[in-house]
Amino acid sequence: MARFESLLDACGGTPPVGLPRLSPAVDEGAPPVRLWAKLEDRNPTGSIKDRPALFMVREAEESGHLRPGDTILEPTSGNTGIALAMVAKLRGYRLVCVMPENVSAERVQLLRMYGAEIIFSPAAGGSNQAVATAKQIAAEHPDWKMLFQYGNPANARAHYETTGPELLHDLPTITHFVAGLGTTGTLMGTGRFLKEKVDGIQIIAAEPRYGELVYGLRNIDEGYVPELYDPTVLDRRFSVGTRDAVLRTRQLVEVEGIFAGFSSGAILHAALAVALEAVREGRRADVAFVVADGGWKYLSTGAYGGTLNDAEEALDGQLWA
Amino acid sequence: MAIEVRVPTILRSYTGGSKVVEGSGDTLSALIDDLDSKHSGFKGRLITPEGGLHRFVNIYINDEDVRFLGALDAKLSDGDSVTILPAVAGGALGFAAAAALLRK
Repeated sequence: MARFESLLDACGGTPPVGLPRLSPAVDEGAPPVRLWAKLEDRNPTGSIKDRPALFMVREAEESGHLRPGDTILEPTSGNTGIALAMVAKLRGYRLVCVMPENVSAERVQLLRMYGAEIIFSPAAGGSNQAVATAKQIAAEHPDWKMLFQYGNPANARAHYETTGPELLHDLPTITHFVAGLGTTGTLMGTGRFLKEKVDGIQIIAAEPRYGELVYGLRNIDEGYVPELYDPTVLDRRFSVGTRDAVLRTRQLVEVEGIFAGFSSGAILHAALAVALEAVREGRRADVAFVVADGGWKYLSTGAYGGTLNDAEEALDGQLWA
Repeated sequence: MAIEVRVPTILRSYTGGSKVVEGSGDTLSALIDDLDSKHSGFKGRLITPEGGLHRFVNIYINDEDVRFLGALDAKLSDGDSVTILPAVAGGALGFAAAAALLRK
């Protein structure tokens, strides 16, 4: 067991844990198909975002973009803000988060606890409102620094240098890697590393599909694809709806005892799809997927109990991943 | 050959407000042509003048992104479900767009 100089040094090194009950059964003598959950909730602030937060701040310090005492402005719906708040606290920066008001109460409380300041953008205004809010804040505070996780190569590099090598070391027989698609950093970094090292590995994206209210675009041209995204790294991309995400999140805790957030349920849904295909085709598979965070921050949604319809309704209009 | 197509809010002006429409075709391209014949102008919102899928349009066949299934040549079968969505950045949505604007 290692010891660490500070919390920042304890980032990463998360365990891949087998899912003996949720992995699909195969016929006797058929090649095994196994699911492995990489438990990213075991990071310092409880999510996979500690990795990019730490890498982005370090890179900004080394390049001179960040100087002691600076204020960091981050538009975030949750985990990145929480991770950055911890890193900012320990490295001596002030953090201001801009976030939609329809995120869970726990996220807001956590951010404030870590010392971040929060500016809310109205949920009803969708992306137009978000653009307006962020532009206004930036115009008022030209000295505030943005790390811009959607286009910051240090985000993907965090996974290229840590998540990828950890997976290869712990699970050299890996055949599939499945993760959530948001900034695309996890899939780009881990995916690139694994494609260089593992012949024939499949990199699979699970993208959350929200309720209609969340897609507050006026027209298609207001869409956005993160600058980090390179589709050639991916082999497949699944869209996972709220109902499937909730169902799989509940199965994770009920069947395997892993208490995860809803994005992990969406990722498991895609992982199960490829695992079942491998079974049908009689191929061996070690499918590693990301448990991005624990379920604590989402308890107030009420979506862990009641019927699936109730849960779907409770999460409608919310950013659950 | 009936295929159920889910239409996002921003494209419903072409479908008379309908959330779900039916179409036919053995490829995505044929399906979009069929939909355009019933809902004039629909195709122009999905396909660029160069003939590719619009950068900010994502189309899924049975929840899988068509860009990894042959894009417009992706095969369709009776009973398939097609979902059209605007491209947004996962959990970040408009905040990603905001950040992109700020960078400029």
